[in-house]
Amino acid sequence: MIEILALFFIVVGITFDLFGCIGLIRMPDIYTRLQAATKCVTLGTCGILFAVFVKFGLSPAGIKALLCIVFLMLTAPVSAHALARATHRSGVKLHEGAVCDKYAEDRSKNII
Amino acid sequence: MRFVRWFVGFLFLAGMVYFIFSYLKVSPQVKLMLYLLICFLLSLVRLFKGPTPADRAIATDIFGILVIGFCGILAVFTGKNWYVDIAIAWALQSFIGALALAKFIEGKNFDD
Repeated sequence: MIEILALFFIVVGITFDLFGCIGLIRMPDIYTRLQAATKCVTLGTCGILFAVFVKFGLSPAGIKALLCIVFLMLTAPVSAHALARATHRSGVKLHEGAVCDKYAEDRSKNII
Repeated sequence: MRFVRWFVGFLFLAGMVYFIFSYLKVSPQVKLMLYLLICFLLSLVRLFKGPTPADRAIATDIFGILVIGFCGILAVFTGKNWYVDIAIAWALQSFIGALALAKFIEGKNFDD
């Protein structure tokens, strides 16, 4: 029963990893690409690490897997935000089908 | 042209999934690992053809996230609990590397 539950979480994680990487190829713009690729983290890799917790239970390896989930949840949005901000500041344009760019408007008005 | 690109990409992905699912005579665990190797391949494609340096930075970040998931899968399937230690160490250095790449893309020094 525990094996089947761990296999279920692994299948969910691999499916989300595959969808995120397809988005990394498919999307036209770097910002939309980043938005699709960050979905790999929260439900893909964290699902696989939760499968590790299900398999090992409340042993040291399972607790380490939970700690790794918490660390990934804390740091993945930080690194994604830092990459998007640095890209926008280095002057990469948006896709031509983009509707609005609030960050450039705020920077032109010297708010930020 | 757009339809041709859609069709070629869908044919490539569906062909690889069908090849792994039905033709290979290996155990289901190895099949799941091969599905994750498709994700590695897609992120490597983005790493090679990305137009801007920020694309390559995102691709390396997602590559590190996928390596963490692969370590989790190995820990579940082999039963060895030191793969989780590798996952934690990789998560730490991937976060530091993403922040350093963001600073480098923005064009600043590491001091400010």
